[in-house]
Amino acid sequence: MNAIEIRSLTKYYGAVRGIEGIDLAVEQGDFFGFIGPNGAGKSTTIRTLLGLIRPSAGTARVLGLDIRADREELLSRVGYLPAETAFYPGMLVRDVLKLSAALRRRDCRRAAEELCRRLQLDPARRAEELSLGNRKKAAIVCALQHEPELLILDEPTAGLDPLMQREFFAILRERNQAGTTVFLSSHILSEVQRHCAHAAMTRQGAIIAGGTVESLVRAGARRVSFRGHACLDGLDGVQDLRRWADGAAFLYSGETQPLLAALASGQVRDLTVAEPDLEDVFLHCYEEGGGEP
Amino acid sequence: MTIFRHELRQGRAALILWTAAIGSLLAVCVLLFPQIRGQTEEVGRLFASMGGFTAAFGMDRLDIGTLPGFYAVECGSVLGLGGALFASLLGVSSLAKEERDRTAEFLLTHPVSRRRVVWQKLAALLAQIAAMDAALLALALASLALIGEPIPWREILLLHGAYFLLQVELGCVCFGVSAFLRRGGAGMGMGLAAGAYFLDLIANMTERASFLKYATPFAYCDGADILTAGKLDGGLVALGMLAVCIGVAAAAWRYSGKDIR
Repeated sequence: MNAIEIRSLTKYYGAVRGIEGIDLAVEQGDFFGFIGPNGAGKSTTIRTLLGLIRPSAGTARVLGLDIRADREELLSRVGYLPAETAFYPGMLVRDVLKLSAALRRRDCRRAAEELCRRLQLDPARRAEELSLGNRKKAAIVCALQHEPELLILDEPTAGLDPLMQREFFAILRERNQAGTTVFLSSHILSEVQRHCAHAAMTRQGAIIAGGTVESLVRAGARRVSFRGHACLDGLDGVQDLRRWADGAAFLYSGETQPLLAALASGQVRDLTVAEPDLEDVFLHCYEEGGGEP
Repeated sequence: MTIFRHELRQGRAALILWTAAIGSLLAVCVLLFPQIRGQTEEVGRLFASMGGFTAAFGMDRLDIGTLPGFYAVECGSVLGLGGALFASLLGVSSLAKEERDRTAEFLLTHPVSRRRVVWQKLAALLAQIAAMDAALLALALASLALIGEPIPWREILLLHGAYFLLQVELGCVCFGVSAFLRRGGAGMGMGLAAGAYFLDLIANMTERASFLKYATPFAYCDGADILTAGKLDGGLVALGMLAVCIGVAAAAWRYSGKDIR
């Protein structure tokens, strides 16, 4: 059974497109990256899955449950970390955690205590006085303390310092190894590449690429850099071209022969053709589709 | 009842402040009564000579030299307007504040149905109105005991009962409005309460505008009518309770299908 299964999911806000025809499957136990720039439809997809907004068309199942008909049961088994965290005024962190647990009708005190210790979060502080990073930590504890089967994380590391990011991902890996499915929405490609097994890329409300992170990286263009001089005019498939006094670097998605011919006609002293990182793939996908990364 | 308890905790400070403000004004009015009674003739003449204004506040049919008459006019204004503003503000912010403060995402990603949110917030709204009214009634009775006047129980209870119903009506209508808003809507709540109050004043001032009494809950709180009849106008109260049902139904319908952005 898939932890998330989305079919032709579409959401329009009046005439404005949120997402259109999203098809996506996330296996149970996966660590899945959902990549896209701001406005690509990542949050709309997540908010639809969680029942915050109603889809205009299409269906989705989370943990085998229909997102509309079984919303309450679904939410009891899911932990959600929003991109922007807001808490009720006048509450201590411990009150927020207690409220979250009470809404789930669960006693999460031990898990909350452990998570607060690991994330160095003081539960006696006022939630409204917390820094962005500490607010994020409080939200992480809310999302994790009931030990959900599926974690949906929307831009989870915004505001966290590098040490806390490391601890956070260590916790996520432990949970993932214990069977929790992690759905990580992010525009930070390095964190998706480092932690996720599978990923999908979104652009303008639609999925434009998907698969294992490894295959996404391999299927993309190559990063070419050389020292010397060569004329690249008329060469198809060149993107992100950067020139300097004694060389150039670019992302290449065209045929091999024209590239070799162009380089051979110039004076190239040193040449490197490397597999791109996820950021290159991302850029490639966006420019290929005519969208802005 | 987690959401109900949470709402009560969140609204505690505002409830105490509003109760203290209205209660102290009410108590001051009651404590002034012995002095007013000593100047009944002068005050009566003054009030009787204000034309439409006299009619608007029902002073043409009430004797403010008596405690029930004085209470209906002076304390009624404080209780009516203060209570209406409190109930309206509470109702109009009840659901909308979650989106305004961006806490809706926190609340609604927990396993609670929208319907449960609506009912528990409504229960909290009614509980807060009831708590304020109970405290105000106790304060009024204590003030009356303090000035050594025999308490006109029936009249006092009828007036307080009417104002409780008015607050319930305005609170529930505003609760319905709240489900359609994405921001607080405090201005709208206050506007509704003040608008209803002025509709009642206009309805009292001229016979031609008397039909307006069907559009405002202040109509069944009219002290002159209540003291004259010795009861509330059942028809107007029924109309008000119909507005309550419509407000609550609108809130339940709209909030159940609303996109939370």
